[in-house]
Amino acid sequence: MIGYLLEIGQALLALLLAPGLVGFIRMVKARLQGRRGAPPWQPYYDLRKLFGKEAVVSRNASWLFRFAPYLIFATTVAVTTLVPLVAAPLPFDAAGDLLTVVYLMLLGTFFLALAGLDPGTAFGGMGASREMTVAAIAEPAVALAIFGLAVGAGSTNLGRIVAQTLSNPGAVINPGHLLGFAALFIVTLAETGRLPVDNPATHLELTMIHEAMTLEYSGRYLALIEWAAGLKLFVFFSLLANLFLPWGVATTLTPGGLAIAVIALIAKLALLGLAVALIETRIAKLRLFRVPELLGVSFVLALLSVTSSFLLR
Amino acid sequence: MTAGAKDTMFLRILFIVMITAWIVGAIASIVAGKGVIARGGAALGASVGSAACLLLGITALVTGQSLTFSSARMLPVSGLMLRLDGLGAFFLVIIGLIGLASAIYGYGYGANYEGRYSLRMAGAMLNLLLLALGLQVMADNALTFLIAWEAMSLSAYWLVLTEHDRAETVRAAVWYIAMMHAGFAALMAMFLLMAGGDLTTSFEGMRSNAAALGGGLRNVIFVLALFGFGSKAGIVPLHVWLPMAHPVAPSHVSALMSGVVIKMGIYGLARVTLDLLGGGPVWWGGLVLGLGALSALLGVLYALMEHDLKRLLAYHSVENIGIILIGIGAGLIFHSYDLTSLAALGFIGGLYHTLNHASFKGLLFLGAGSVLHGAHTRNMEEMGGLIKRMPVTALCFLIGAIAISGLPPLNGFASEWLVFQSLLGGFNIPKPEVAVMMPIAVGMLALTSGLAAACFVKAFGITFLAIPRSREAEKASEAPFSMRVGMAILALACVALGLAPFIVVPALGRVLAGLGGLPDTHQAFTLKLSLATPGGASSVSPAMVAIGVLIILGLIPLLLRALRANRGLRVGDSWGCGRIGQTPRMEYTATSFAEPLRRVFAELYRPTKELTIDFHPESKYFVQSIEYKSEIMPWFEKYFYEPCLWLVRRLAMNVRRLQSGSLHLYLVYLAVALVILLLSARW
Repeated sequence: MIGYLLEIGQALLALLLAPGLVGFIRMVKARLQGRRGAPPWQPYYDLRKLFGKEAVVSRNASWLFRFAPYLIFATTVAVTTLVPLVAAPLPFDAAGDLLTVVYLMLLGTFFLALAGLDPGTAFGGMGASREMTVAAIAEPAVALAIFGLAVGAGSTNLGRIVAQTLSNPGAVINPGHLLGFAALFIVTLAETGRLPVDNPATHLELTMIHEAMTLEYSGRYLALIEWAAGLKLFVFFSLLANLFLPWGVATTLTPGGLAIAVIALIAKLALLGLAVALIETRIAKLRLFRVPELLGVSFVLALLSVTSSFLLR
Repeated sequence: MTAGAKDTMFLRILFIVMITAWIVGAIASIVAGKGVIARGGAALGASVGSAACLLLGITALVTGQSLTFSSARMLPVSGLMLRLDGLGAFFLVIIGLIGLASAIYGYGYGANYEGRYSLRMAGAMLNLLLLALGLQVMADNALTFLIAWEAMSLSAYWLVLTEHDRAETVRAAVWYIAMMHAGFAALMAMFLLMAGGDLTTSFEGMRSNAAALGGGLRNVIFVLALFGFGSKAGIVPLHVWLPMAHPVAPSHVSALMSGVVIKMGIYGLARVTLDLLGGGPVWWGGLVLGLGALSALLGVLYALMEHDLKRLLAYHSVENIGIILIGIGAGLIFHSYDLTSLAALGFIGGLYHTLNHASFKGLLFLGAGSVLHGAHTRNMEEMGGLIKRMPVTALCFLIGAIAISGLPPLNGFASEWLVFQSLLGGFNIPKPEVAVMMPIAVGMLALTSGLAAACFVKAFGITFLAIPRSREAEKASEAPFSMRVGMAILALACVALGLAPFIVVPALGRVLAGLGGLPDTHQAFTLKLSLATPGGASSVSPAMVAIGVLIILGLIPLLLRALRANRGLRVGDSWGCGRIGQTPRMEYTATSFAEPLRRVFAELYRPTKELTIDFHPESKYFVQSIEYKSEIMPWFEKYFYEPCLWLVRRLAMNVRRLQSGSLHLYLVYLAVALVILLLSARW
């Protein structure tokens, strides 16, 4: 019973923290660029404002356009119950593994891309086309990074991977693990639409990907999509944090352990947020046709990670 | 084996109903010739037969019974043998399911052909094709197998030729029949080698004889099987006929051909390599895995560049055959290392994907048929906005698109998950050089599924969403009732097969038990809601995921209420950067959607571009018309088939010299042939 409550609590925690993470990255980025920037809780205000507004829908759009935000939000929230954020293993661990997590999020991307095409504008199509290109090319690196993690644990289930790493701390510094981390980090940047793949802060048609797809959305629909995008970032960061550095994750459900787990999670996410903000201030956006090269690097890293885990087994 | 005639009475009755219904359907269609009676008779025969076929397959799978027919009373022609076992029963389920949906759909779809094309031929051949397929998977000796195989190829050939007055159709049919006969020759040689020259040897005889064959001979048999069955399945590089023949056939026949007929190649490969030969050396599996990965990736890459909806789907069949073969190849590799439960997992993944691909590809072809029926075009660039005009078709096509992209919780995800899990077992292989094939296959499989998702965003988005791009699309109307029923059956199958892998997988475990010495993994998979690999290493439950997503979807309105969200909705124009009035010409097209990927994979596509701009004579600033033409490199046609055709033509020219026209010379040929025959008979 406690386990199921924990599942719900974990999903609520993710929902609550996700906009804060986005705001935190924006703030750090602003400071690093010598601006003052908005406070980290600005995204919460934005969401409240969007939820309070009337929605405008294009007359060309169909039911799919109005359904997509709900589905994207629902799949992303569903994913948060599968990822070990504070405790492992969770009661839903057997319901979905790492592949389910990745493909559920791809389902959301699939619908977002369709919704981008639905109003019939050139921008939406452009965003959809680019998003699916990036998602498709990122896929092999994701799969191989999963493979690398799974070889160690003998399973793709998240709880098992965390438990395996916790019981065998030495594995963290082996080259397979580190290369896998690097590969998944690059993929995270691509999947969550960060620099150098996509710039979350631009509406310039030459460069935008994610923003182009959501251009026609407004009101509560836009709020749901923005919130889901924040959650997606949160989930990918948590995967990076807890699969590769699982310390802090509670294995027994004591109040003290859970409190430590929450603090450890926030600390790890803040660290990753800092890293991303730092990267985003130091590098420029890549041309769209150079992105496959970056993802190719990530694929090679993942392949090396798997091969070395094979050899060192 | 069968316990007695009494226990299998139900199976026997179903078998007789199935055969009779198909034969009656064919006769009804021939007698009536045209009109509602011909269409109805053919559809009724085909659907009753298919329903019996589906039930027969399911009953045989559930009870684990088998059936044997070899008595002279049952079969008028001597030398024919039929036997239904688990593997055959599984394929009967596939035939029955797609056959049923296609037959019902065909009733409405055939109305288009009234007075234009021969309904007599189409109806009769549809029933004969189903009959040949049903007998195919029950054949128990080489002779029966080959007769059914040829009947299947020929009836499909006639069906492809239905719209016979188009040059495109005739060309496709010729390619099809030529490739099928090249494959047939290989299969004939294979069976002759395996049966020691006597085609009436039963499969049981071949099975016990297989171990005694020499290693070299077994390798030759395997290569012949791979070529023969590969040409049917459409493995790269033997796939070229597939994107030509499947699109030109009537859509319900396309569904049957892509869903079922090409799967006979998979059936044959599994039957011969695993069952009759009992597995082989590692390189067999390696070759199958490699060809599978290549087919999967090239299939989807060519599909991306295709803007003819049915050709796009045909290329996706190449892709999915590749995914199936990745599973089967992995299974064969594990089998050769005696890792039997992993081998079973690979085969289960492959066979499960066979069933799943049959259902979603059948569905997508039926959907494409409805679009063709409603909007009178296969060109995606002339479609758009059909979701409002054809809501049922759009929903069914969307379900098929999600399923084929391997997204949870539909059936494509379940089987791709199993294939992935079997590849994950690769680290158990003692040889690193073999083991390293597995992660590479994982990468290719993942790229394939990502590209498939991109391709189906294109296929669904451009076809069904946004503003209609042509007058025809604007006037499109929903498909008639029978066609919607056909699509709905397969859409439900996609959902059910996706949610219930815990029923399908143990059944497949039982099907494989005993084939090539595989263990019965029917118990190894937990029969709970979640599906786990043997030993419970990894598990997933699409049903629970689906329930979870549905619960959250239901909670969102509550969340919106709690947040006091404004529920108002206003309909307005799309944002046009200040420009008022949006036309379809401003929309993204299928070509532009695929453009980034075309540039990424430019090395493969080698696109050629031809741009003709017609300027106004007065000023270069006014363009009168623009013509843009772009083609991609047909590698296989250019570097494989063209030299082959050239060689065949040269040979034919040389052979022609024998035919001088002189009667005396022909008499000499006769005499020489006679002498040679007599001499060889003397030896």
